[in-house]
Amino acid sequence: MSAVIEEHHDDHDHGPAKGLARWLFTTNHKDIGTMYLWFSFLMFLIGGTMALIIRAELFQPGLQFVQPEFFNQMTTNHGLIMVFGAIMPAFVGLANWLIPMMVGAPDMALPRMNNLSFWILPFAFGLLISTLFMEGGGPNFGWTFYAPLSTTYAPDTVTFFIFGVHMMGASSIMGSINIIATILNMRAPGMTFMRMPLFVWTWLITAYLLIAVMPVLAGAVTMMLFDIHFGTSFFSAAGGGDPVMFQHIFWFFGHPEVYIMILPAFGIVSAIIPTFARKPLFGYDSMVYATASIAFLSFIVWAHHMFTVGMPLAGQLFFMYSTMLIAVPTGVKVFNWVATMWKGSMTFETPMLFAIAFVILFTMGGFSGLMLAITPADYQYHDTYFVVAHFHYVLVPGALFSIIAAVYYWLPKWCGRMYDETLGKTHFWLSFIGVNVTFFPQHFSGLAGMPRRIPDYALAFADFNMISSVGAFIFGFSQLFFLYVLIKTITSGRPATAQVWDGAKGLEWTIASPAPYHSFTTPPVVTLENNPH
Amino acid sequence: MANPAETPSYYIPHSGWYPVWLAASMFVMLVGLGSYLNALKTDEGGSLLFFYVGFAGLSVVLYQWFAKVISENQVGLVSGQLKKSYVWGMGWFIFSEVMFFAAFFGALFYVRNFVMTWMGGDGGKALTGDYLYPEFDNTWPVITNPDPSVFAGPKESMAPPPLSQWGGYLPFWNTAILLTSSITVHFAHTGLKNDNRKSFITWLAVTVVLGVIFLGLQAEEYIEAYAHLGLTLDSGIYGSTFFILTGFHGFHVTLGTFMLLIALIRAIKGHFSHEDCFGFEATSWYWHFVDVVWLGLFIFVYLF
Ligand SMILES: [Cu+2]
Repeated sequence: MSAVIEEHHDDHDHGPAKGLARWLFTTNHKDIGTMYLWFSFLMFLIGGTMALIIRAELFQPGLQFVQPEFFNQMTTNHGLIMVFGAIMPAFVGLANWLIPMMVGAPDMALPRMNNLSFWILPFAFGLLISTLFMEGGGPNFGWTFYAPLSTTYAPDTVTFFIFGVHMMGASSIMGSINIIATILNMRAPGMTFMRMPLFVWTWLITAYLLIAVMPVLAGAVTMMLFDIHFGTSFFSAAGGGDPVMFQHIFWFFGHPEVYIMILPAFGIVSAIIPTFARKPLFGYDSMVYATASIAFLSFIVWAHHMFTVGMPLAGQLFFMYSTMLIAVPTGVKVFNWVATMWKGSMTFETPMLFAIAFVILFTMGGFSGLMLAITPADYQYHDTYFVVAHFHYVLVPGALFSIIAAVYYWLPKWCGRMYDETLGKTHFWLSFIGVNVTFFPQHFSGLAGMPRRIPDYALAFADFNMISSVGAFIFGFSQLFFLYVLIKTITSGRPATAQVWDGAKGLEWTIASPAPYHSFTTPPVVTLENNPH
Repeated sequence: MANPAETPSYYIPHSGWYPVWLAASMFVMLVGLGSYLNALKTDEGGSLLFFYVGFAGLSVVLYQWFAKVISENQVGLVSGQLKKSYVWGMGWFIFSEVMFFAAFFGALFYVRNFVMTWMGGDGGKALTGDYLYPEFDNTWPVITNPDPSVFAGPKESMAPPPLSQWGGYLPFWNTAILLTSSITVHFAHTGLKNDNRKSFITWLAVTVVLGVIFLGLQAEEYIEAYAHLGLTLDSGIYGSTFFILTGFHGFHVTLGTFMLLIALIRAIKGHFSHEDCFGFEATSWYWHFVDVVWLGLFIFVYLF
């Protein structure tokens, strides 16, 4: 069997370089994964601070803390930073850490490009966040940046926002190409497609989604740039363009984007639940096909975001039914997770708690999504807090909980130390209560007609908003507690074994904890014994 | 599909300064360009200094990076497995480019099929047109925009003359040139495969020349559009879609020609052999891709 060739320097050993140079110049998938994860945590705290500013303002009716202009900048940047800066980089970080270990490779396929994909991000977000301090303020047109708000009526800083999006897109595309090349090309002998862990499968499909839609987003912001600076009229009816066309192009990107933020979560949950139920995943094959079906359907449902905008009847019907169809493969997945737990010998360590909460609360978010898919009902719900409640249920106790679960689950493998179970569970219950107190009442205020993205509201919504704000602060501060748990684990947790969890299966549990700098210097041979998915 | 079992070895490059330097250069370049564009709208006017600084940084690092990869390949560090990763990488990069153009083609189709119909007072959303711009007629190419006082339309479009006069129709010649260049780059590939270096270099050189001629004619067409036809970026949706599609295509042809030129220089220096020629092959795939995009342009932007 073969060995890793390094580009040899005389003094070179197989460990990391020293100091800052290690992080700036690294080509190691673990170092890059670590940087992605810490970067996304930083963005999560910044985006979270913006959320708390929003919730503080909405604690009572009337204007207390911020002006409407600034409030708009907060909602916009909260959305952009959480989507592109927190959730997506966290999943890429997990992919970096885990995919090479899971498929039995020494590293990612294209390590230098991997480093580039990461280092673009701090610059892109530095650019985006700096606009908040520029004359005229930062982006204030919502994270969906609909024209003409983002063109004719945008602050000057929109130019930097556009270039920031271009940079994030370049980063995502390169990251995806790398993940695809790694999965297709670096698998150890015997690691056939239908033996790959589901996290690898879901990321493979996610990477295809990213390559297909990030360029479309780049095209959309490019047309904005031309409308703003070069006099074109793509989104201006006076010149024969159409602002609604912007929404079509944006959501052609935007709907696959929401699956980009949830498919890897499916993979994580599909790894954690079998471990703590001590049963193999129920319906592995159907999980793979369901993931592929969801990815395919995600390209033909986009206009469900635009029912109230104006669309021919045939379009409304098509997009309504195609959207509801997604419930079928998603239902398959939820069924499989529940069936995996059925009659398992379950234990409830922190990762499992987050995973179970994911299954329940994500399903709730899915149901409110079905309600929104019904065109006539959407006329009532559109642009209300019901929509806010819906997508926060799929993104916070959905995507984010899966990321937190993954961190608790694999952290012992990464740093060689166990977290404190009591602290982990405390973090879980604080987060679980916080997230529900925050977002559950928003269903009601939304159904009662409270519009989203406004700093002030009618007195009728006061109680629900107050509850929601209290929940948001509980949730926000419990993530600082998470930071404390992480630092405590990394600095002084008790040593972890290589196996870590007695029920865990997969190649990453066959190597030492912490994982060696190059996971597999010779490819392991994969059999059904050591890798039953 | 790569069978991982037969791969001889993994190759992990040592850490290096290229990526972070590239990201920083890109940042400086885009901040410079953004500040310049914003300053253009004020009285002071802007400077492109930072843009050029960033661009220079980007050029230096790209040159170094590619030189490094080439030299690694020449000393035999690049394993068969890594070569396959390069193939996947280039393939999916081209697919991402296809999707980038798909956004602009999608805009063109949406405008022509839906916006024009509705604004012209037909179809499901006819009232929008009737209410907003009752004077507007649905014609393509759009000569009179919905609100000509905001967006004065072009005097003429790029629509083709009768077939008998195609001898003077630039886009026709451009199509012929680009299609020919796709064939010549294929001849070059065949030459390389047969270990016929002279044929390889000659056909590659011919392809580069054809690329340059295409760009020259495209420039000629743009000058004509601005100087005589009144067809500009701000002449409404016809000009917008025309220039964004042909412009980005032209930009990709420029890049492709540059890549071919590098391949030619490397070929003259004795690089590439029939079993190891990924740098050239990737370039030729890219060239075929810009060719196919042009066919789409010729049909949907110029002819129909
Ligand atoms: Cu959607």
